[in-house]
Amino acid sequence: MSEAPAFDPAIGLTVNGKAVSVAAPPIKRLADVLRDDLGLTGTKIGCNAGDCGACTVRLDGEQVCACMVPVGQAAGRRVETVEGLADGSVLNDLQAAFHNHGAAQCGICTPGMLMAAIDLLARNSSPTEAEVLDSLGGVLCRCTGYRKIVDAVLDLAGAAASQDGAVGARIAKIDGIPKVTGAERYGADAVPDGALWLRVVRTPHHSADFTIGDMGSLFANYPGLVRVLTAADVPFNGFGIYPDLKDQPVLADGVVRYRGEAVAALVGDRATVESIADGDLPIEYRPRPAVFDTEAARADGAPLVQADKPGNLLIEGGVVTGDADAALAESAAVADGSFETPFVEHAYIEPEAGWAERVGDRVEVHVTTQAPYMDRDETANVLGLVAEQVRIVPTACGGGFGGKLDLSVQPLVGLAAWLLDRPVVCVYHRPESMAASTKRHPSKIRAAFGCDEAGKLTAVTLDADFNTGAYASWGPTVAGRVPVHATGPYRVPNVETRGRAIFTNGPPSGAFRGFGVPQAAIAHETLMDDLAEARGIDRLEIRAINALRAGDATATGHVLEASVGLLPCLDALRPHWQAALQDTQSFNRRTDIRRGVGVGCMWYGIGNTSMSNPSTMRLGIARDGTLMFFNGAVDIGQGSNTILTQICAEALGVPVSRFRLVMGDTDRTADGGKTSASRQTFVSGKAAELAALDLRAKILRQVNAGPEATIHLDGPTIHVRDGGVDHRIDLETLSRGDDGLVLRGEGTFDPPTSPLDERGQGVPYATYGFAAQIAVVEVDLELGTTKPQKIVAAHDVGRAINPIQVEGQIHGGIAQGLGLALMEEYLPGRTENLHDYLIPTFGDVPEIDVIIVEDPEPLGPFGAKGVGEPGLVPTAPAILGAIRHAAGVRMTRVPALPHRLRAAILAKETRDG
Amino acid sequence: MGEYLRPSTVDEALQALHSHDLTIVAGGTDFYPARVGKPLDDDVLDVSGIPGLRGIADNGDHWRIGACTTWTDVIRADLPPWFGGLKLAAREVGGVQIQNAGTVCGNLCNASPAADGVPPLLSLGASVELSSVDGVHVLPLEDFVLGNRKTARRADQMMTAVILPKPAGDRSGGHFLKLGARKYLVISIVMVGATVSADEDGRVASARVAVGACSAAAQRLPGLEAVIVGRSLGACLGDAVTNAHLDPLSPIDDVRGSADYRNDVALTLVRRTLNELEARL
Repeated sequence: MSEAPAFDPAIGLTVNGKAVSVAAPPIKRLADVLRDDLGLTGTKIGCNAGDCGACTVRLDGEQVCACMVPVGQAAGRRVETVEGLADGSVLNDLQAAFHNHGAAQCGICTPGMLMAAIDLLARNSSPTEAEVLDSLGGVLCRCTGYRKIVDAVLDLAGAAASQDGAVGARIAKIDGIPKVTGAERYGADAVPDGALWLRVVRTPHHSADFTIGDMGSLFANYPGLVRVLTAADVPFNGFGIYPDLKDQPVLADGVVRYRGEAVAALVGDRATVESIADGDLPIEYRPRPAVFDTEAARADGAPLVQADKPGNLLIEGGVVTGDADAALAESAAVADGSFETPFVEHAYIEPEAGWAERVGDRVEVHVTTQAPYMDRDETANVLGLVAEQVRIVPTACGGGFGGKLDLSVQPLVGLAAWLLDRPVVCVYHRPESMAASTKRHPSKIRAAFGCDEAGKLTAVTLDADFNTGAYASWGPTVAGRVPVHATGPYRVPNVETRGRAIFTNGPPSGAFRGFGVPQAAIAHETLMDDLAEARGIDRLEIRAINALRAGDATATGHVLEASVGLLPCLDALRPHWQAALQDTQSFNRRTDIRRGVGVGCMWYGIGNTSMSNPSTMRLGIARDGTLMFFNGAVDIGQGSNTILTQICAEALGVPVSRFRLVMGDTDRTADGGKTSASRQTFVSGKAAELAALDLRAKILRQVNAGPEATIHLDGPTIHVRDGGVDHRIDLETLSRGDDGLVLRGEGTFDPPTSPLDERGQGVPYATYGFAAQIAVVEVDLELGTTKPQKIVAAHDVGRAINPIQVEGQIHGGIAQGLGLALMEEYLPGRTENLHDYLIPTFGDVPEIDVIIVEDPEPLGPFGAKGVGEPGLVPTAPAILGAIRHAAGVRMTRVPALPHRLRAAILAKETRDG
Repeated sequence: MGEYLRPSTVDEALQALHSHDLTIVAGGTDFYPARVGKPLDDDVLDVSGIPGLRGIADNGDHWRIGACTTWTDVIRADLPPWFGGLKLAAREVGGVQIQNAGTVCGNLCNASPAADGVPPLLSLGASVELSSVDGVHVLPLEDFVLGNRKTARRADQMMTAVILPKPAGDRSGGHFLKLGARKYLVISIVMVGATVSADEDGRVASARVAVGACSAAAQRLPGLEAVIVGRSLGACLGDAVTNAHLDPLSPIDDVRGSADYRNDVALTLVRRTLNELEARL
């Protein structure tokens, strides 16, 4: 019961079998003590509120959230963390199972998952699936869709996945081991000693003018405060995705346009900046009228979110072919409807984090990101530097899904480190991450689909308003992509589609897995179900009738020459569809719970819309024979490190295990482009293939070997075997460049596209991914709850470079699509945490069957195209179709929360009398 | 940085509470989430180090749940069937991590309208034991939870136990249903706890039904309880519930559901709870 220092004497506890002593305040979170005082950063912090379970450790043999244990309570007790699982370099069975099953994607939840699973297995060595779900249910994962985690825990004794293999092989992630040992370093994990902390002060207002008064007393009261940054400190105070749209200030300059916008940054020692309450700052706000809804924003006299954007309109785009109105008028059946989707939060388990330091006249930023080169250029622009003065070194990324394509901490830590010449770190807390970061665009879509008597589509009109929030971010991308995709993956002769991005005082809507296409898919698939019903055609068959085929032209006039695999996807689903329909019929004898089946189709243009988006990959061999892969494509958990290396291995003819990777470092790799738009396998994969072929050609040229020769790396010697003849290349005799390499290969690929004209005609993408999914759900009619029972997903990926990673992307996309359909709705100021904002848990994602369809894309590496986003797109439509089948109600607003579904069911009962 | 006291006796704890204002921490599962991104500058009384406050004991005519008893303790304890509702509720509190740390008494003291523990404990006729240097006061749970985050606990008191009277006869059961928009880690939209005892003739001798997340504090449904008593088991007890029985509820619209929806599904969940319970008695 002593006063200051309250934490004397030190607290003794046992961590992973070792007695340790920490001089920390006893109320300090155990998670912080493990990370900050003991350097055990394998324990992750996702929310500090017990909502995500990322910090799960065992305390005296019971799993707890280390973020909610006062270290004082751990005194004299045993703590087990992820770092204690492996025996030296030997993984335990559980870690090995996670690795082999692809149970870790980004890996940020993996330590918590492992500790929760170990806790179960310590009590029950052969658990049932239900027991696994119950025991791990307190840990959230946003990448995997949970199924591979369940498989791993149930299959400890299972066969090891292959650790090597080229294109098509189910190899474990080549960078997967640190994800299961806790050694992986994310944005908040490798902060240099002595770094200053930066805390962002954010506005609680949706729209306001503000002034900042004199800070003198603040510095007097807080000696640990080093600097307060405001707009005046930012050399060029605007950033944004598009070169002509740098509309978002790093620090607001007298006006805030959304709740959570940054107005100042406190830099100092950590305790000081964390102890200063926002209310202690001399900031005076004068609230202004705000608009939240696109209709209100477009109304005459609406307050302007940005003064120079009349009508709050950011951009408008569209596609026109034929005469849609005339064709609709002549159609045998026309279905129309209005659809509405909300803000959706990415909810990566790793909040934004990173640190920067000044190195001479350069600044280096270590950050969790999906786009290092864009970060470099934007940070340099904001700091008034040239791009080469900024180096971005991506840390491991604990989930992105589009949310880490926009800048977060980069310009702030970069600026502070530049000005103060000291390392500066910033780690968002969860509510901050949710309030500040971008979201999926809310949409309001009106659409009409017409068909002839045989069910063949005659015309489509679609008009979509997207709420782009306070700043442009990726709004133009959504407004441009949606009109192209609005027909769905179908042949439609007459099309008129429009998309608009409209400013409101909401958070900036940015990139989120699908760029508006998931919203549009809800509209087109509901209307396809309507037409099926109107014409008495099976719902799957009407899609098959209309499915795009090779040789067809899209609404933009792009003739698809190859790799149009929707029909094979539907063919693969048909037996599952028929079985599910039959099963549903026999199940539905009960009255209060009804089962239903739905189907959704999608297509997705791979890469940027009608814009150059090249990737350059480099390989090199050092004198000692080390094979380097300089890979500028950031692996955010989706597996591109493994996939691109498999491609290189196949093209070069050397095992995967020989490659040493450098990923994303802007000083050491070429620009691979952003990890977005499902482009890395297709675009960077092709560049990697070309780089490997280039290096291979250079190796073979050394000994004049023919194209069939085999290559074997053996220390400083390369053996080339050509037609029974062995050649040796002695690497030590070759001249070495400044980069330390003696042989190099480089490849660049930019998918061939063309601009869209004023009628939206052109080639927006070089290729498209296609998919169809079936959902089986149970609806409790009295409660309005929906329980997905099964998803069968057939995806045309061109070629599965690594089926484990492909399945992983599909599983994870399905989980997010399920969330979109049933529970996810971000409301600024109301759902800024992971207990009010719901994402699917272990118990919500059903069994998933993945059927991989390979209709090769000639432009892609070994026929491959992308799958990152396609997994998500058809899920919500399939679930909504299944709900409709089960309950007879057509849900046009997502999420179909229980109260909304129940209201629809009651309205139907009233209508039906 | 605030003060941190971790006494080893109840007397020491009560003396400290008597001398100044302290935030009481047991499992920490409500304390820390309320302070995300904020400094931990409260003066804290950590009661988790006091021996004897943890556990569930049969004290002859009643059961006693000590202040530091966790939800996992409830799940693992060998308890009579009428604890069934409380056990089910325990499994619905957060994830296992929170069940391992969070306490029954902390759940009551935090007084969230959606506290999972309140409806089943109301249905068990629970009282709470509040201790201070002035002595021990026992208060019915209904009189303890006063509203959203509001209780009858004085700043100098700590809850030392929950007291559960034993039902008459040996044919009693408890049940609990929670409705949320996802499976795990979910805050209730509506929940129902019920305890029913039957006499030797197979008639309901006593019944307590409580509904949570539909008012600032969970409410019992006395009108329904009165109607059920005396009915024969097997006559679909749950079908007795009517809208009028839900009058004690005053649900609100929030992000989880509308008021109308809550009333509507409360009726369904009460019916299902009672019918399920009846089938097990």
